[in-house]
Amino acid sequence: MILLRLFWEFFKTGLFAVGGGLATLPFLYDISTRTGWFSQAQLADMIAVSESTPGPIGVNMATYVGFTTAGIPGGIVATLGLVCPSIIVILLIAKVLEQFRSNQTVDAAFYGLRPCSVALISAAGLLVARITFLNEADLGLGNGLAALKSLFDWKAVALATVLLIATRGVKPLKKLHPIVFIAASAAVGILFSF
Amino acid sequence: MKLLSLFLSFAKVGAMTFGGGYAMIPILEREIIDKQGWASSEELMDYYAVGQCTPGVIAVNTATFIGYKVAGIAGGIVATLGVVFPSLVIIMLIAGILTNFADIPAVKSAFAAIRVCVCVLIFNSVLKLWKGAVKDRAAVVLYLIVLGISLFFDVSPIVFVIFCATAGILLTRMGVRGK
Repeated sequence: MILLRLFWEFFKTGLFAVGGGLATLPFLYDISTRTGWFSQAQLADMIAVSESTPGPIGVNMATYVGFTTAGIPGGIVATLGLVCPSIIVILLIAKVLEQFRSNQTVDAAFYGLRPCSVALISAAGLLVARITFLNEADLGLGNGLAALKSLFDWKAVALATVLLIATRGVKPLKKLHPIVFIAASAAVGILFSF
Repeated sequence: MKLLSLFLSFAKVGAMTFGGGYAMIPILEREIIDKQGWASSEELMDYYAVGQCTPGVIAVNTATFIGYKVAGIAGGIVATLGVVFPSLVIIMLIAGILTNFADIPAVKSAFAAIRVCVCVLIFNSVLKLWKGAVKDRAAVVLYLIVLGISLFFDVSPIVFVIFCATAGILLTRMGVRGK
């Protein structure tokens, strides 16, 4: 019975959370208060783990909550519940889109949507960059050069510079798979205790 | 065979994505566009826009879209199962064994550095996507409007998607497109 309820709760989350993984959070808090399957403190831990493991955050959260609530079957059922509405809705849209692909109005709408997508990706990247490179907590400490020095996380800036040169400037490295750079960064992070 | 390679490719994407849906873009570009040729970068942007305003996790929506394009309904389902599979395995392992995973100093350090790397990879992706997506002056203006507003105000992506789709239609009708 709990599996059925898990599926249903996450189906609803997948159906109503629009705009990416973190949009599922308010729904998860709501599930926590209504069902008592897991506490809000546990939820905070789950967010931390979901953000520090590979995979989309929303999916990680569903697996974690489901697993905590009802073991391995729970993890699987919650995750399937979460993705079910996406599969149904997107398959319907993809089918319709296929038929109207050559329609001029649809084509014109996508002409406007492409810069929108690139802008949303840029904004997401910049927001991550802000918490990665800036120490905003230290803002206003000291003055002049000292303030400037404490504003930036210089280790992060140095790593980013090396990565930029490697991925854009060095020919043999440019072609490497992104995961190579991710793994190398993880190693650097541990070595130099980021 | 096609279904199997869809599953495996998307499982790779799921396993290599660190962060939200945006972090998946550099990996998708490599695995799906460059390696498999299953979609163009313009199509990827179309799917991303639709995925922003339809319910569900963006990574999953994009996987369903591309899977459907490659191998119909079965493809959509298999690609989606592929992208969530690594999460299932990794999260359940960690949840079962290492409850304090996120507090381990080495994990914290590794992820702080991975975030730096993801920023750089996204920067590279944006430069690449820009070429296919922003081809005229009107598109540059749309880009700047969405970027500017989304950096300083908390506006739902749905608003941007509706605004830009409408703008795209109007600009095309007015004959501004391509100039």
